[in-house]
Amino acid sequence: MGQMETQDRQAWMGLLAKAPKGRIADLLGDRAETGFEWLRKPEVGSVMIRGRMGGTGSAFNLGEMTVTRCALKLEAGVVGHGYVQGRSKADSEAAALVDALMQTDQAEAIRANVLTPLETAQREARALRTRKAAATKVDFFTMARGED
Amino acid sequence: MYVAVKGGERAIDNAHAWLAEERRGDTTVAELSVDQIKEQLKLAVNRVMAEGSLYDPDLAALAIKQARGDLIEAIFLIRAYRTTLPRFGNSNPVETSKMACERRISAIFKDLPGGQVLGPTFDYTHRLLDFKLAAEGEEVQAAERDAEPADVPHVTEFLNKEGLIEETFPEETTPPDLTREPLELPAERALRLQALTRSDEGFTLGMAYSTQRGYGRTHAFVGELRIGEVAVEMEIPELGFAIEIGEVTLTECETVNQFVGSKSQPPQFTRGYGLVFGQNERKSISMSLVDRALRWEEFGEDNEGVPAQDAEFVLYHGDNIQATGFLEHIKLPHYVDFQAELELIRKLRAEAEGQRQEAAE
Repeated sequence: MGQMETQDRQAWMGLLAKAPKGRIADLLGDRAETGFEWLRKPEVGSVMIRGRMGGTGSAFNLGEMTVTRCALKLEAGVVGHGYVQGRSKADSEAAALVDALMQTDQAEAIRANVLTPLETAQREARALRTRKAAATKVDFFTMARGED
Repeated sequence: MYVAVKGGERAIDNAHAWLAEERRGDTTVAELSVDQIKEQLKLAVNRVMAEGSLYDPDLAALAIKQARGDLIEAIFLIRAYRTTLPRFGNSNPVETSKMACERRISAIFKDLPGGQVLGPTFDYTHRLLDFKLAAEGEEVQAAERDAEPADVPHVTEFLNKEGLIEETFPEETTPPDLTREPLELPAERALRLQALTRSDEGFTLGMAYSTQRGYGRTHAFVGELRIGEVAVEMEIPELGFAIEIGEVTLTECETVNQFVGSKSQPPQFTRGYGLVFGQNERKSISMSLVDRALRWEEFGEDNEGVPAQDAEFVLYHGDNIQATGFLEHIKLPHYVDFQAELELIRKLRAEAEGQRQEAAE
């Protein structure tokens, strides 16, 4: 896999990991019925999140988060991995299915129907919080701020 | 003497049934849903995740419901559940410089790139009870202002430029993990930070406050406090690259503290660090004060013999699950132990009585 493909796959797997519960399967629609065999059935586990001492220093263990993962193989032999935050086995299955289908000739349709809507929703949610935060930014009226 | 140890089953079952009924409370009042707790008691959920040491808002909300709002009991449930999970691996260290900040304030610079962003804070409220909240159905909309998401630089970077503050650089070491090996002393800073981030909020606050009142000297300014979401990235061995496996809200506090210097090095500010799951700035500020106090040896400061400088005292007493486990176990049957005490005191009294009679004769 070339670097571009790897970056592309990293991006969609990250998008799928953060999708709201049930959303991926909804967006997949009929494609959620695609046949596959399990390589690793969905399992719930944890990942130890690390931080950096002082924000920039060496790592320390901050605490764990729940993660659900699985791996499957499409009938055509393509392998998909699903890693999602939280404890939803159905979501990890849907994520793995999308990961696999993105490596087939259905990629374009999957991108349009699943990835793009997820990305748009995540970007909009982030933008909304950014705008709300910006509204609470202090304007000191006795001082000129450098940037404005 | 042997004491019967069986026979409480029916009483226990009935006690638990009554507990379940009490948990539900008055059935004419609508039942609280886990989603309601997750959405409307978010700061309680955050505390349970931080001290339970497991980031999962749904589970934390469920634990709060099951524990009837007893947060330490809820933390206990989360800690117990956590031990049942297989560990898939460790994340790469989260980059708080890339945090999507919802709140970001500095007490040391008024004007700074990125600005003072207050976020959803209790600060500047009048702490007057709002009886409007007792009436249902109020919907409030937050204000918005045009802005594009952007990385916000850390305040300490500005001080670093002049060499005014100690810098921290990453080293490729595997940090110790107190969920895998028991806490042993001396504890390096990475282990202390892990213990502090999951330690009891009240205990950590008390320790931090004690340094402010003079039991140890941290003289801390909040250089920066930021709250927001950061991406969690992990290397996936079967793929051979890292992916984002989720996003967590964190509160980070960096304090700027008074100086150290030596013959070879001019004086520099020192730092304390706090990083906690969820929106929890009281805990995060407390953590950074206690972190700084515990670094006295590193900076060649005097041991003043105060609690906050004593790593053993702080680290061994800050875990509320260990503490409550040991504290509450004394209410459980100690019939045999106490029988021994009874026999001892009777013997001592008999001896004393014997001596008194001898003296009288």
